[in-house]
Amino acid sequence: MLKISTAPHMNSPQDTRSIMRDVVIALMPALVAAVLIFGLNALTVVLTAVAACVAFEYLTCRYLLKSTPTTGNLSAVVTGLLLAYNLPSNMPIWMILIGSFVAIVIGKMAFGGIGKNVFNPALVGRVFLFISFPVQMTSWPKPDFLNFLNTDVETGATTLGILKHIDAESSATKLVGGLENLPDYGQMFLGYTGGCLGEVSALALLIGFAYLLWRRVIGWHIPFYYISTVFLITGIMWLNGGNIQVEPITQILSGGLLLGAIFMATDYATTPMSRKGQIVFAIGCGILTVIIRRWSVYPEGVSFAILIMNAFVPLIDYFTIPRVFGTGRK
Amino acid sequence: MSNKTFHIGGIHPDKHKITTNKPIEDAGLPEIAYIPVKQHIGSPAKILVSKGDKVKVGTLLADADGIVSADVHSSVSGEVLKVEEIEGEFGYLEQMITVKVEGDEWEESIDRSPDIIKEITLSPEEIIAKIREAGIVGMGGAGYPTPIKTTIPEGKKVEYLIINGIECEPYLTADDRLMVEKAEQIIVGAKILNKVLGIQNAIIAVDENKPNAIEVLRKITRSYVGVNVQVMQTKYPQGAEKQLIEAVTGREVPSGKLPVDVGCIVQNVGTVNAIYEAVQKNKPLFERVVTVSGDAAENPSNFMVRVGTPASYLINKVHGNPAEIGKIIFGGPMMGTSAVNINAPITKLSSGILLFKDDHSFKPEETACIRCGKCVDACPVGLRPFAIASQVRDGDYHEMKQLHVLDCIECGSCAYICPARIPLLDYCKLGKYELKKSK
Repeated sequence: MLKISTAPHMNSPQDTRSIMRDVVIALMPALVAAVLIFGLNALTVVLTAVAACVAFEYLTCRYLLKSTPTTGNLSAVVTGLLLAYNLPSNMPIWMILIGSFVAIVIGKMAFGGIGKNVFNPALVGRVFLFISFPVQMTSWPKPDFLNFLNTDVETGATTLGILKHIDAESSATKLVGGLENLPDYGQMFLGYTGGCLGEVSALALLIGFAYLLWRRVIGWHIPFYYISTVFLITGIMWLNGGNIQVEPITQILSGGLLLGAIFMATDYATTPMSRKGQIVFAIGCGILTVIIRRWSVYPEGVSFAILIMNAFVPLIDYFTIPRVFGTGRK
Repeated sequence: MSNKTFHIGGIHPDKHKITTNKPIEDAGLPEIAYIPVKQHIGSPAKILVSKGDKVKVGTLLADADGIVSADVHSSVSGEVLKVEEIEGEFGYLEQMITVKVEGDEWEESIDRSPDIIKEITLSPEEIIAKIREAGIVGMGGAGYPTPIKTTIPEGKKVEYLIINGIECEPYLTADDRLMVEKAEQIIVGAKILNKVLGIQNAIIAVDENKPNAIEVLRKITRSYVGVNVQVMQTKYPQGAEKQLIEAVTGREVPSGKLPVDVGCIVQNVGTVNAIYEAVQKNKPLFERVVTVSGDAAENPSNFMVRVGTPASYLINKVHGNPAEIGKIIFGGPMMGTSAVNINAPITKLSSGILLFKDDHSFKPEETACIRCGKCVDACPVGLRPFAIASQVRDGDYHEMKQLHVLDCIECGSCAYICPARIPLLDYCKLGKYELKKSK
């Protein structure tokens, strides 16, 4: 019996599931780094978030939407990983469950599921937790290399937290620890510094980036333009007599910039469709990140920057429609 | 420096060019040939023969009906069994002339010697007449009658003649082998077209994934003035006319215009070989190279096949097991069509017959768009296939005009690349159809 079908008769080996699987693989080096730096607590946080996100998506499909669960495409696993990577490693389990619920049910499924959400679900979850539980979300365990059963967690400030306060009153500087507590470039590059569990190791994130590029899951444009924008603006500020706060290399290696630029500002659903639009989006993220880091009350601005730019995506898409072949060329 | 290619979009599907080193074999003669009277764009040719007539190889069976039409010649010698409507490759009834094959007797006017005749003695008008009498149509797949394309409209000037040796469809190697084995014929054919078009230089554009063809063509073009080889970076769909023109000359054919409007003419290498044979050897177009391949073909090969040979005859030749075959494709896997009739005949336009096993025959299930933008990156026309698909779903055909859906070249790059497996090309085709209907 012959089958008939319309052209094309072959498909790219890459499908939604394989893309999500590749993102999961690309996020693994950062998980290894997190466990080495923060101990098994980090693994607990990650496993809780992933399991909760998958479960919430499954239950929503099954009992609320009464449709075939979409968990097989692994996108809930990616959301769970990214949410966990944006949390401190000593986050209480019940708060992680709340964050996962907000990320999946409100951030993703309420909009219609995969591809239809306006905002990055992991960041929706993270920002919800950040606003609801500011104390837990800003108490950062100190790095403690290879001490896996890190039960007696000592907390300290992040690099950006220290920088935020150095030009404030001297008492504040004392409170969070002064410049002598700043990690050096090498420590920041490897991840031996306080922060969210998945954001600290630049090396691990860059390995993941290389993997995503090699597998053609994302282009280089968004991370490149995002990071370059931050580097350029802070660089100009620094050269114009800015203090250590705007030292550009520290700006890139600290906080969630690399995690955000590589894994969250490149989320397909919440970023523009065309290359041109993606570049506009990335530059916007960069500008907002610097503004929030430098002038807002928060030390870190990557989450807010990406979420704000998410809202501009339809507008950016509208103004960056690609030129059609054979039209409008001089 | 890397070779030239087109600038908007494009994809890199797996090549599967497993027959690239297989010389063209003579497929031999089927018992019965089914020769359709319409193997081109335009009106069907007028039938000149009737049941019981004896015909030879090259006998005119049907006469071009008007300008946009083409002559059809017999590809075999024997007796006309019937002239009637027979189910074609897609299951539609098509007017065909059925010839029972007896021997292999050719018309005396055809020069069957292997000598290559290099000297071009005919005038441009005589050459176009020869092309018309030989029933030549664009063999790259479009099937547009060649005499029209070689007659330059009043007020237009041709600056570039591009011979299309790109063959960007996976699996297919018919043009590749033709360039290796009939390089000199193609080069003389290009010189003939130079003369007709009144230009000095023809460019044979070949993808860099055909090193053998490039080597042979380069060697022979050295002894010819006015024919050059241009090696191109491999990318799909480089063989598409407008994309190839842009790749070679940097000129974009404006939306809704023809190549000649930017001073370009593109001819497929198969067509150019047919022009050589018609003009220098007096041989009408009744046979062509066909690649028979695919994962259900045990011995994939390139064949010289007489028009009208049933696909089933070629399937036997490559030891395809009918029980294993899930799908038969006429043409390439990107733009070809799947056949319903295993006995459908080879035409002037059949570049390949692909046999796919059952598990390669199904379309994957459509899932939700993840807005990855890969279709936008892939489209060689700069369209937004995801947006077209959503407008078609909504039935919003008015909006679709602004999306330039009529500029779609139906290359299938969008549907190939889509990770959600949305049949984007189907939506684009439906959009074009509805938009044309509403005009």
